[in-house]
Amino acid sequence: MRNLRLNSDSRRAARGDRAGALIRTGRILSRLGYLDEQFCQVEDLQDEASPNFAEEVATLFFKDSARLISNVEQALEKYPKDFNRWDAYMQQLKGSCSSIGASRMKSECMSFRDYCGQGNVEGCMRSFHKVKREHGALRQKLEAYFQLLRQAGPAGAATRPGM
Amino acid sequence: MTVEEVKLQAAKANGGHGAKDQFPIGMRVLAVDDDPTCLKLLEKLLQHCQYHVTTTGQAATALKLLREKKDQFDLVISDVHMPDMDGFKLLELVGLEMDLPVIMLSANGETQTVMKGITHGACDYLLKPVRIEQLRTIWQHVVRRRSCDARNNGNDNDDSSKKLQVASAEGDNGGGNRNKRTSRRVRDDNGDDGDDSDENSNENGDSSTQKKPRVVWSVELHRKFVASVNQLGIDKAVPKKILDLMNVENITRENVASHLQKYRLYLKRLSVDASRQANLTAAFGGRNPAYVNMGLDAFRQYNAYGRYRPVPTTNHSQPNNLLARMNSPAFGMHGLLPSQPLQIGHTQNNLSTSLGNVGGVNNGNLIRGAHMPLQDTSKCFPTGPSGPFNSFVGESPQFPDLGRCNTTWSTAVSSSNVQELGQKDRIVNGPKLEPLSSFTEASSQIPLLGNEMQSQVASLASNGLPMPFTQEAVPFAYGSSTNSREMLNNNLALSNSGINSSLPNLHIDGSVFERNIDGSVVTRQTLDGSNSGGGGVPPLQDGRIDHQAVNSHLNYNNELMGTSRLQRGLSGGLDDIVVDMFKLDHADNGVPFIDGDWELV
Repeated sequence: MRNLRLNSDSRRAARGDRAGALIRTGRILSRLGYLDEQFCQVEDLQDEASPNFAEEVATLFFKDSARLISNVEQALEKYPKDFNRWDAYMQQLKGSCSSIGASRMKSECMSFRDYCGQGNVEGCMRSFHKVKREHGALRQKLEAYFQLLRQAGPAGAATRPGM
Repeated sequence: MTVEEVKLQAAKANGGHGAKDQFPIGMRVLAVDDDPTCLKLLEKLLQHCQYHVTTTGQAATALKLLREKKDQFDLVISDVHMPDMDGFKLLELVGLEMDLPVIMLSANGETQTVMKGITHGACDYLLKPVRIEQLRTIWQHVVRRRSCDARNNGNDNDDSSKKLQVASAEGDNGGGNRNKRTSRRVRDDNGDDGDDSDENSNENGDSSTQKKPRVVWSVELHRKFVASVNQLGIDKAVPKKILDLMNVENITRENVASHLQKYRLYLKRLSVDASRQANLTAAFGGRNPAYVNMGLDAFRQYNAYGRYRPVPTTNHSQPNNLLARMNSPAFGMHGLLPSQPLQIGHTQNNLSTSLGNVGGVNNGNLIRGAHMPLQDTSKCFPTGPSGPFNSFVGESPQFPDLGRCNTTWSTAVSSSNVQELGQKDRIVNGPKLEPLSSFTEASSQIPLLGNEMQSQVASLASNGLPMPFTQEAVPFAYGSSTNSREMLNNNLALSNSGINSSLPNLHIDGSVFERNIDGSVVTRQTLDGSNSGGGGVPPLQDGRIDHQAVNSHLNYNNELMGTSRLQRGLSGGLDDIVVDMFKLDHADNGVPFIDGDWELV
């Protein structure tokens, strides 16, 4: 709770220094829609016990989501028109996305599921491609983000929310 | 954390009430989710709430952990979609085995899924992504459950929690109190989000949200129960004392209370029967509801019976056989194989057996059998032999014969009596009995008419005539009043046992009578076997009834009981019996049921 209290957005964003810049980067990512409020919650959970919590979660997410994406891909190949199966796999991916706050990716997942519901193979294929694309884009941006954070070094860490 | 854990334990020692302030801190949560991202996040969130968290990505591991360290967790949070086990299944198992509150977690927020979670017993259903605010309040579920337990165990007299229905019938011992308490409990228990449990409530109608394993009132258990009651004196027997006397574990006062209610109703029914000639009918009556609800398809057709309820002299063309049987000297009551047919009430089997015996005359069998078997099987159906018939009446249209038999019997009364009984049975048994699906099976096997009936009866019988009270019937039948019914019960017991032996599949559930309160209830109980609390009709597990066995049993039963009852009831009382029986069944069908005493029409 202490940590959370310290993690006030205004406080973070107000910093004029590099840490502040980093924080603002995160917000930019949010504004661009790549990430949503949930990601802030994730970051807020960082504390002394896990100073890199957000990064750990993100790493875990990308690893697991790669697996889930490949599941969907295989299902699309091996089980043509098996919308139920496709939907089930995509649901898992969607759940993951929502946990980390990957909003754009999540909405592509949702449209994939809609197409499944409609039985629209073409639509499914299209939106699946978009899912993959968003996945790649998010990964890129977050990697850059965390790298920045690391480069900020102790100063950055000290000024990170909750730290 | 250590300090917090210590505090928590101290809080627990206080029953969880003392250290409310500290309690949520250190609460031990087990988190289960196959998604590593979510799991990690959840873990962190819970830690931020100052809970003690254990995580696992597999349901199997979770179960293992819980089983090994039962007392080391306070709460379980589980994802719904998991690869190795369905989240709902895990939920059920945890509720049953460990009786811990379980919170479901899912990205899927569809009402249907949420509903499923609640009905499976989840305390709460959270949507992903979970927010920390939501997790801060989950400790309430633990406290709630604890206080429910405390309340359940601490209650003193007869307040079988949700026996509202029984209250109407029982009326004694503060039925009002019971109701009040029940409603209070319901309110408290269901505090927030559907503390489920409705579905999983025990046979005893334990309304609490805890999922307690159902208490199965086995023959042995019922015997102890009856012995205790007799020892205390039926008037002085209160659940607490009975429980103490019985000295059995895993039974709460609640369980005993509800069982006692049923038992009382059963006895009442017996006495009513005894006063009337239609002892058998009475027996049936009680059962009927159960049977009726059993949902036996065959029994459904029984509605035909209802028809002749109002008309004592309904035409039973079919019953001819039955009548013949009935009229035959040997037949008397015997002919009907009352014990067996009655058992149908219990387990549908009875029905089949009785039917079988009757052959074409379903009615005859049913009625007769109902009476007789019921008595014997009274064990099964506290409400009396009518049980089996009850079911018939209500549900099984398949027994058109019975309807026809009515004419033969020309006893509208009996059917009414029967119905009444059935009703009583129902009333007695709070626990909700669902139509026995198994019965359905059995019922289908029970050809109402003649031969068919036999097979049906057989099928019923095979399903395990509920003769739970075989043993018990004897004790209280003999020991207590001189009700003919009791005697019959004894007989039934005897016959039941006989039947049992021949019909291994029959499951005699002492609690059968309990369940018959509303037919449906009974059905379920007996059918499931596990529910046996209700003492309804034993589940027709096999659906196969050994005709011969059943018939022979019935005959045996008839002989046992037959005399007194038959003689009483037979003198033109067959009609009454039949009528009664049908009446009972009817009750289930919603046909105007004669409330109150079973009266021979």
